[in-house]
Amino acid sequence: MNRIKAIGEKVPDQVKRLLIPVVLVIAAFVVMRHFLVPSDFGKYGHYRASAIDDVISQEIKYIEHTVCEDCHDDIVDMKKMSYHRDVTCEACHGPAAAHTEDPDGNKLQAPRERGYCPLCHEYLPSRPTGFPQIISESHNPRKACISCHDAHDPKTPEAPKECEACHAEIARTKALSHHVYISCTRCHETPEEHKIRPRDYHPEKPITRGLCGECHAEDAPAPKEIPRVDIATHGEMYVCWQCHYPHLPEVD
Amino acid sequence: MDKINIERREFLEKLIFSLLSLSCPGLLISKEKTPVYEGGYDPKAHSWGMGIMIDRCIGCGRCANACKKENDVPQLPFFFKTWVERYIVFEGGEVIVDSPNGGVDGFKRNIQEKKMLRSFFVPKLCNQCAHPPCVQVCPTGATFKTDDGVILVDSKYCIGCEYCIQACPYGARFLHPKTRTVEKCNFCYHRLVKGMIPACVEVCPTQTRVFGDRKGRASPLVRFMRMHKIRVLKPYLNTEPTVFYAGLDMEVK
Repeated sequence: MNRIKAIGEKVPDQVKRLLIPVVLVIAAFVVMRHFLVPSDFGKYGHYRASAIDDVISQEIKYIEHTVCEDCHDDIVDMKKMSYHRDVTCEACHGPAAAHTEDPDGNKLQAPRERGYCPLCHEYLPSRPTGFPQIISESHNPRKACISCHDAHDPKTPEAPKECEACHAEIARTKALSHHVYISCTRCHETPEEHKIRPRDYHPEKPITRGLCGECHAEDAPAPKEIPRVDIATHGEMYVCWQCHYPHLPEVD
Repeated sequence: MDKINIERREFLEKLIFSLLSLSCPGLLISKEKTPVYEGGYDPKAHSWGMGIMIDRCIGCGRCANACKKENDVPQLPFFFKTWVERYIVFEGGEVIVDSPNGGVDGFKRNIQEKKMLRSFFVPKLCNQCAHPPCVQVCPTGATFKTDDGVILVDSKYCIGCEYCIQACPYGARFLHPKTRTVEKCNFCYHRLVKGMIPACVEVCPTQTRVFGDRKGRASPLVRFMRMHKIRVLKPYLNTEPTVFYAGLDMEVK
C-alpha cells in the first residue's frame, strides 16, 4: 500500500487531472463500440456473420439436372445418347426449382420459336470450328426448327445432300475464296456413311503435295490463270496446307 | 536527475510482470470461433475456383441469361454479374470487342468479317481475387473475402459510394438501380453452401465453364488445371484471380 501511495505522490498533479479526460474518452469509445459494432461481427472473419446469412438465404431457381430424371426419365434416357447429352434441361426450359415443388402449378416453357436454336447454331465465324451451324436465312426459311429436329435427340431428319448443311463455317469461307467451284469431295473422299454417322466415319484428308499439284504444278493440265509453283521445291519441308488454308487461299 | 535505485532482483520481477500483462487483452477477448455455417458448411475446407475453356465457348449467352434469372439481376443491358464478350481481330491488327446485352440475346454477324483474322468469345465474371482491390478500398467494410475465397457484399452495410466499382480492374461490379447498393458475382454463394454449382456452370451447353474446389485432390477444376495451360486476366496486377482461362488470346486485356 505504502508503495502505491508513494507512486501517487510522485505523479505530478497536472498528469492526474489529465487522466480524467483520457479515461472519459476511453469509456466513451468502449460504450460507442458496444452499440455500433454488430454483435455477430467477427464470428467468421472481419465482417458481420449475418451478412453471410443474408447472402445464402437467397432463393435457388436453377436446380441440378439430376432432379429432372426423377419424373422425366424417358426424355432423359433419350437425351443421354444424343448429341445434346451435355446440354442440361434448364438451358432451354429455364429455371425449374419452382416446377419441382409444384409440377402442375408451375409448368415450364419449351422454346418453340425459330429464333431460339440459332442462339447456339446460327453461323458465326467466332464460333469454334466443327460446331454444327446453319445460316437461318437459307436453311428452310420460316420453318420451325422442331418441325424437322427433335431437340432431345437432334439428328438430321434425312441424310444431308450438301456438306454445308453441317459444315456451314467452311462452306461460307470457301464461298468467298478462289476455290469456290471446287467441290468438297475433290479433296476429301467421303464415305457415304459419314452423312448418317458423322463421328464414326470420317472423310479423308489429303496427305501429299500431289493433290494441290494437280492444278498448281508448273506442268499441270489446268487453266493458265491458276498460280503455279514448282511442286518439288516450293515451300521446302512443308506440305501445302501448313502455310496456305485451302478453304480460303490468300490472294496477292 | 535522481539515480534510479532498484535491485537487480526487483527489476527482473517487474520486467516479467509487465511483459505478462501485455498478454492480458488477448485473454480478455474471446477466442471462441465457430467457422462452420448453419447447415454444416465449413468454409475453411474449400477454396472455390472456375475454369473457362475459350475454345469451347459458342457465345450462346445462356450463362449470362441464367445468371440474371437466378440472381434477379435487372433485365437492363447495363447490369451483369457475368457476360460474354466477342473479340474480333482484323488483318491490320485492329481489335474490336463487343457484348450486345452481355450476350443474353446472342450475337449478330459482324459486317466487316471478311477482313477478320481470328475471332472468339470470352465469358467474364468476378475473378474472386485472392488479393481483391475492391475489399481494400471499401470504406465501410461492406465487401469482404470469406474463408473459401469468395468475395461477398454486405448489402446492409454498403453505402453505395462506388469506390469498389472504380477499384475493380475487371469491371465486375455494378450499382443496383433500385437498392443503390453494389452487386457482383459471388459464384452463386447461396448454391455453393448447399453443395450446388453456380447457375452459369449448370446451364453451359458446351461445358466451357468448369467449377470446383482447389483444395480437393480430385475435382473438375483440379482436373482442368492439370490438363490445360492456364492464364488469368491481368496477372501483372498481382490480384491473383481464381478464375482461370485456358486458350486465352493475347488481345484479351
